[in-house]
Amino acid sequence: MLNNIYNIFFIPEIFLACSSFVCLLFGLFLKKNAFRQTSNLAVFVLLLTILLVYYDSESNFANYKSLFSHSSFINFFKILALLGSIASIIISKDYFLGIKLKNFEIPILFLFSTLGMMLMIASNNLMSMYLAIELQSLSLYVAAAIKRDSISSAESGVKYFILGALSSGILLYGFSLIYGFTGSMNFDDISFYLSKYENLNLGLIFGLVFVMVGLAFKVSAVPFHMWTPDVYEGAPNSITGFFAIVPKIAAVALIYRFCLVPFENFYLEWSQIIIFLSIASMFLGAIAAIAQSNIKRLLAYSSIGHIGYILIALVAANDDGIKAASIYMFSYMIMNVAIFAILLSLKVKNEYLINISDLKGLSKSNPIVSLSISIIILSMAGIPPFIGFFGKFYVFIAAIEKELYVLSVLGVLASVISAFYYLRIIKIMYFDESISEEIINFKISFQSKIILSLSLFLIICFIFYPSLLINISASLII
Amino acid sequence: MIDWPLVSVIIFLPLIGALIILFIKEDELTSINIKWAALLTTLGTFILSLILWLQFDYSNPLYQYEEKFRWFDDFNFFYHVGVDGISLFMILLSTFLTPLCILASWNNIKKRVKEYMLSFLFLETVMIGMFASIDILLFYIFFEAVLIPMYLIIGIWGGNRRIYASFKFFLYTLLGSVLMLIAIIVMYSNTSSMSIEFLQGNYFSYNTQLFLWLAFFASFAVKIPMWPFHTWLPDAHVEAPTAGSVILAGVLLKMGGYGFIRFSLGMLPEATEFFIPLIMTLSIVAIVYTSLVALAQTDIKKLIAYSSVAHMGIVTIGIFLVNQQGLEGAMMQMISHGLVSAALFLCVGVIYDRMHTREIEFYGGLVQRMPLYATVFMIFMLGSVGLPGTSGFVGEFLVIIGAFKFSSYVVIGAAFGIILSAVYMLYLYKRIIFGTITNNKLADILDINTREKIILIPLAISVILLGIFPNLFLDPMRLSLEQIITNYEIANAK
Repeated sequence: MLNNIYNIFFIPEIFLACSSFVCLLFGLFLKKNAFRQTSNLAVFVLLLTILLVYYDSESNFANYKSLFSHSSFINFFKILALLGSIASIIISKDYFLGIKLKNFEIPILFLFSTLGMMLMIASNNLMSMYLAIELQSLSLYVAAAIKRDSISSAESGVKYFILGALSSGILLYGFSLIYGFTGSMNFDDISFYLSKYENLNLGLIFGLVFVMVGLAFKVSAVPFHMWTPDVYEGAPNSITGFFAIVPKIAAVALIYRFCLVPFENFYLEWSQIIIFLSIASMFLGAIAAIAQSNIKRLLAYSSIGHIGYILIALVAANDDGIKAASIYMFSYMIMNVAIFAILLSLKVKNEYLINISDLKGLSKSNPIVSLSISIIILSMAGIPPFIGFFGKFYVFIAAIEKELYVLSVLGVLASVISAFYYLRIIKIMYFDESISEEIINFKISFQSKIILSLSLFLIICFIFYPSLLINISASLII
Repeated sequence: MIDWPLVSVIIFLPLIGALIILFIKEDELTSINIKWAALLTTLGTFILSLILWLQFDYSNPLYQYEEKFRWFDDFNFFYHVGVDGISLFMILLSTFLTPLCILASWNNIKKRVKEYMLSFLFLETVMIGMFASIDILLFYIFFEAVLIPMYLIIGIWGGNRRIYASFKFFLYTLLGSVLMLIAIIVMYSNTSSMSIEFLQGNYFSYNTQLFLWLAFFASFAVKIPMWPFHTWLPDAHVEAPTAGSVILAGVLLKMGGYGFIRFSLGMLPEATEFFIPLIMTLSIVAIVYTSLVALAQTDIKKLIAYSSVAHMGIVTIGIFLVNQQGLEGAMMQMISHGLVSAALFLCVGVIYDRMHTREIEFYGGLVQRMPLYATVFMIFMLGSVGLPGTSGFVGEFLVIIGAFKFSSYVVIGAAFGIILSAVYMLYLYKRIIFGTITNNKLADILDINTREKIILIPLAISVILLGIFPNLFLDPMRLSLEQIITNYEIANAK
C-alpha cells in the first residue's frame, strides 16, 4: 500500500502536474528574471518527465486502466510531444525577451498544455479524452492571446477559443451518442460491444461522424482548418511555433487511437471520412499556400498539407501505417523545430521576420542560414535525400500495401503542387536580387543554436543511419 | 580485380571535394582556389573512372565492382552499387564532362563562385551515383536529388527568364519522378525486393506491368524528353549557363534513355511489347516535328536544344526496337549526343562570352576572324549531322539497320529526320560561320584561347575516335545488352 502511494509520484503525468504547480509558485515568488528562470525550470521538468515516461512500467498505470491506457505507441508519442515542447520553449525564450513579453506564465501554460497532451495521447475513455483535450486547448487559448496589447494576438485567441469551443461541443455530442448507443465510455468496452455487430446503427454513425469532425478540427484537417492560418498569423511567433510543433503530435496520436481502438472493426465507416479529409487537406494545403506572402500563414497551410499525408497512413490502418505515422510525425516535428528556430532569430530592420519577400538577398548576407532554410524547405517538400522524403516514402509504402493506389497517386500529385511554394522560398533567397540595403540580422542564443544544429543534423544525416528510428517505430503497438 | 571500393570512391570523391570547398573562404583572391579545388577533384574522379574502364571485364554481362551493404533494417533496401556495360559509359560521360564544365565556367561565372562549384560537385556525385546504383530506391534518391543542384544552377546563374525556366524544369521532372516512386513501391510490395538485378526476372502480371510501365514512362519520357513532354527542355537550355546546358544535354537527358533500358525493357518486357507502337509514333513525330521547329529558330541554343529532342527520338526508336543493332545504336547515339551536343553548347558559349548574344542574325562570317573555332565547330556540327567518321554516324546507322527488321515506315521516319538534321545544322553553320563579316561588332572578335582549346580539343578527338573505333565502346556493353534482349525475348515468348 505504502509503495503504491510513493509510486504514484513517479507516474509521469502526476509528476508533471505537481511540478507545474511548483513552477507556478516558483515564478510567483521570484522578483527578477522570473520568465527566464521559470523557462529553465520548465525545460528541466520536461526532461525529467521524459525520463519517467521512458522508464514508466505498466504496473504504475494499472489503477487507471479504465481511464488511461499504456502502450509503446503512446509512449513514443508522449516522448515526441515532450521533446517538441522542450525544443519550442528553448527556441522561443529569446524571442519573448526580444518583444518584451516577459510573463512567467507562458512556460507554465506550455507545461499545462503538454500535460493535457500526454493525457490525450494516453486516454482510453471518452470522458478522460474530452477532459484532456480541454486542458490542452484552454492553455493554448490563453497562450494565443497572451500578448494583451496586440489586437491581432487577442483576435487570434478569441477566434481560436470560439471555434475550439464549437468543435468541443460537437465532439461532446458525438461522445454522448456513442455512450448512449453502446452503454460505455471505455474504449475497450466499446470495441467489445461493437464486435458483436455487423453494421453500425444510425445513431452510432452520427456519433462517429461528430467525433471525427471534432478531431479533424484539432488536427486542422480540411474543411475544419479555417482557424489555423488566422491563429498562426495572429499569435506571437513563438506561440505559433509551439502550435505548429506540439499539439499536432498529440492530436494525430489521438485520432489514430480513436479510429484504431474502439472502431477498429468499422474500418469502412470511418475510412471514408478520413480519405476525404486527407485528399482535401493535401490539395487545399498545397494550393492555398501558393498565394501566401506571410511566412506564418504559409507554414500553417504547409502543416495542413502534412496532416493530409499522415491521414493517408491512417487509412492504411496496418502496422506499416502506424510506423509511417510515427516516422512522419518525427520528421514533421524536427523540420518545424528547425524552421522556427531560424524564424525566431531573424530580424529585418529590427523587426522579426513576417513577410517571405523580406528573405530577399539572405543568401548573400547569411549564406549559412539560407542554406539551412533551403535544406529544411526541400525536406518539407519531400525531396531526397532529406528526412522529409522518408516520411512520405513510408506513408506511401503503407498505402500501397493496403492497395490504396488512387490515394497514393493523388498524394504524390499534391506533393508536386506543394513543391512549387516551397521552391518559391528558395527562389526568393537565392534568385532575387535584393534592391534595398535592408539588413537582415541573425542572432541566435547558444541553446537554440544547439537545438537548431541537432535538428539540421537529423534532417541531413537520417539517411546515413535510419535504422535507429525505424526499428523503434516498427515495434510500436497501438 | 581491385579490392577497394572503387565505385563508392568515384561516387563520393566529388562530395568530399565539395566539403573541402565549403570551408574555403570566398573573396576576390581566393575564388581561384575554389576553382582549382573543384577542377582537381573532378579530374581525379575522371582518372579513377578510367581505371573502371581499363579493369572492366568484357566477358561478364553482369554487374562488376559490386558493393553491397544493408541499409534499412525493416525492408530490403541496400546500398548496392556496381557497374555493367550499360552504365560504364554513362559514368564515364559524367566524369568526362564535369571537369570540362568547370573549365568552361572559369571566367564567365563571377558571382557566387563557391556555391556554383558546390552545385556542380554535388551534381556529379548524384549523377554517378544514379548510374551506378543497383537498388531502385537508391536510384530514385539520386534521380531526384539531381533536381536540387540543377534548379540552383539554372535559377542563380541563368539568363533573363531563369526563374520561369528553373521552376518549369523542377516541377515537370518532379511530376514524372513521383509517379515512378509509386511504381517502385508497388514493385517492392509485390516482390519484397528492390534489387535491379533481381527485378529483371519478370515477376509482374500483365496488368500490373501496364500500369508500372506508364508510371516509369511518365518519368523517363519527361527526362529524355519525348514529344510532347519536351517543352521544359528549350526553356531550361536557353536560360541555363553554358556549363549547365552542357550537363543537361550531355548527361541528364541520358538518364531517361538509361531508365528505359533498365526498367522498361529489363523489368516490364510484356508491357513494353504492348507499348512499342506508341513509342515509335511519338519518336517519329518528335524527330520530324522538332527538326522542323529547329529549322525556324533564331536563337542558337534553342536550335541545339530542339535538335537534342530529335536525336533523343532516334535513341528511343533504337531502344524500343529491342534488337542488338537497335540497342547498340541507341547507346552509341546517347554517348555521341552526350559529347556532340555538349561540345556544341560549349561552342555557343565561346561566342556568347565574347558578344553576349545568341541571336543567329548577329553573327556571320566568323571564319574570317576565328579559323580555329570554325574548324572545331565544323567537327561537332558534322558529328551532330551524323557524317561517317564521326560519332553521330555509328549510332544513327545502327538504329536504321535495326529498324529495317522492325518496319520500313520507322526507317523512313528516322531517315527523314536525319536529312532534316543535316538541313538545320548546315544552315546554322552557314549563317554563323561563312560569308563576310557584316556586323561591325564582330570586327575584332578573337579566336579561341588556350583554355577553350583545352576544353574543345579532347571533345573533338573523342568524337572522331568514337566514329572510327566504335568497337572500343561497343565491346564492353555488348554482353549486357544481349542479356537484356534475351530476357525480353524469353518473357514475350511465353
